[in-house]
This record gives sequence, structure tokens and C-alpha cells, in this order.
Amino acid sequence: MTFINYASREINCKIVYYGPGLCGKTTNLQHIYDSTAPQAKGKLISLATETDRTLFFDFMPLELGTVRGFKTRFHLYTVPGQVYYDASRKLILKGVDGVVFVADSQEERMDANIESLYNLEQNLESQGYDLAALPYVLQLNKRDLPNATPIEDLSMELGRKNEPIFEAVATNGTGVFDTLKAVAKQVLTELRKS
Amino acid sequence: MAQSPFIIQEQQFHRLKIVLERLCVECAARAVFLVDRDGQPIALHGEIGDMDTTSFASLAAGNVAATTSMAKLIGEEVFPAVVHEGERESIFISVIGRSLLVVVFDERSTLGLVKIRAKRASHEVAAILDEAVRESVVIGANHQSVFAEITDEDIDSLFR
Repeated sequence: MTFINYASREINCKIVYYGPGLCGKTTNLQHIYDSTAPQAKGKLISLATETDRTLFFDFMPLELGTVRGFKTRFHLYTVPGQVYYDASRKLILKGVDGVVFVADSQEERMDANIESLYNLEQNLESQGYDLAALPYVLQLNKRDLPNATPIEDLSMELGRKNEPIFEAVATNGTGVFDTLKAVAKQVLTELRKS
Repeated sequence: MAQSPFIIQEQQFHRLKIVLERLCVECAARAVFLVDRDGQPIALHGEIGDMDTTSFASLAAGNVAATTSMAKLIGEEVFPAVVHEGERESIFISVIGRSLLVVVFDERSTLGLVKIRAKRASHEVAAILDEAVRESVVIGANHQSVFAEITDEDIDSLFR
């Protein structure tokens, strides 16, 4: 839920990066963090296991600038991808304003993508959201790998509603900011309508 | 679609600040925060220093979200308060509907005092937040929000 504070003239929005385990959600956030000026960001918090897998969530606040005199701050979260952390994923979706689904383009991860996307739809529904009506972007990550599934096949399998689709290589930053911009724009456009 | 925005107006914010200031003094706390259950900081008062208050708010919300889920697993609806006691600094979190009142205190105060004072402040905070929620709906329904006038140009300008 977007939070607007008229006293401090701030708009706070929540964006969640979703996807199967090891698809590159944390890498997306890490790239945004590394590429942003210090004054525009807070700390990148990672609640991770000893092997650096996300246990609960990663979080970073990002300030984009001002709209109509209001500072716009986006709170970026990732969820843990592993199937058994479903309870945590549900919690992180609470109050979400926009979702990025990070798909792993590798052929052998197609089933994991489909399962995770289905899980997203279910978990959104359990929180009273409908993916069809929520600001949403699909990112096809790991496009640099030799076993990447063709874009058309991925789009057909994972596309849900003519959402913006971006190819990405999060490890070198390709497509990371395009994805963020696309979802942030949708969130602000939604705010105008509400 | 996403839920309607939650809007805090200036006079509500100032009333919340007064409640937090008084609570901070009354229980000799180091700092007091009011945080949305989704992790957005609403208001704060006290010795903040170089504390990363945005991360603090997000983690407090994550903390309560996790303990609330644990409560449900053992048949409780919610744990209305969560306490973390450290060697010098401690944290008391009181759940007020969709918000959290977080008190950071040290050896200058006691958990008992914090609990008593926070309880009274909780009622005042709840009343102000209820009013804010009601008015958020009215503002949204009447399109009184300044954001109804946001143009594509405004949005694009953020990404240049």
C-alpha cells in the first residue's frame, strides 16, 4: 500500500522482486545498490543463510526524485526463492504496490519458473490482490547463458497480461534499470488513478 | 489492483509526533518509532543519531510479520507485543492494528515502565490512525489527492 505523508511530503511505495531460487533477484538489487548515488539510497539489508541464499528478504530504499513536490521513495524487496520458504514469501507480499517476476532463462529452469509464477498468483490472491490488476513486469534474466530458452517460448509460457518484458543479465546490469523503471512507472500511474 | 494509498495529513502527523514525544519522555526511552505494518516509517522521535531508520522500520515490520505467523501456528491470533532485551539496549514493539509502536530504551528505563506508558500512547495513536484511514478513503473517492494531476511528463522526469 502506497504511504503518503503530507507533512514530510513523501510518497513511499513497495516493489517486490519474485521468482524461483537462484534466478537473480538479489543480484538485481545488488546491481541497483552498486549503481546508485549514495544520497539516493539507504543500506542494502540481506537476511540470508550462511550460504548467501535469501532466508527472509533483501531490502533497500531508493529515492528517485520529486513529483509535484513529493519525494518518491521506493522500498525494494526480494523474496526467498526456495519452495520451502513460502510462508516468508506471503508475508513480504503484504502491502505490495508492484511486482517484478525474475525468470531464469535456462532451459532446465522452465518448470521452476512456471511453479514460482503460479505460487506468486496464489500468494497474491491470498492477500487479496489480483496479478491482472497489479503493476507488474516480467524480466527474463540470464540471457547470456548458452542454454537460454528463446524469448518467444518464455514469453508465451510466462506472459500473463501483455506486461512489459525485459531481457536481462543481472550480473552485469543489463536490463536491471529498465525493469525497475517500468514497474515504478506503473506504480506511479496507478497512484494517479487511485 | 494495489490497495488505495494510506495518507497521513499534516495535522495528523503533528498530533502523532506529540504523542511520540511525550511517550519518549515519560518512559525515558532512547527513541520511539511509529511504523506501518508493511514496513514504512510513519513518524519517529528521540536520539536517532546515525541510525538507519528506514531499514529499522522495515526490519521491525518483518519481525512482527514473522512472529504473528508463528502465533497463528500455535493457535494465537497475534502476539500484541514483542520484546527484544539486549545487554544495554532493548526494543519493545506494540502492535496497534495496522501499525507498530516501537520503543528503543536502555538502562535509564525498564520494560515495565515502557509497557505501561506505551499502552496509553497506543490508544491515542490508534485513534489518530483510524481517522487517517477514514480520511484517506474520502480523499481517494473525491480525487482530492494532488497525485490525480500527475502527468506522464512528471513520471518520466524521475528517470532522466
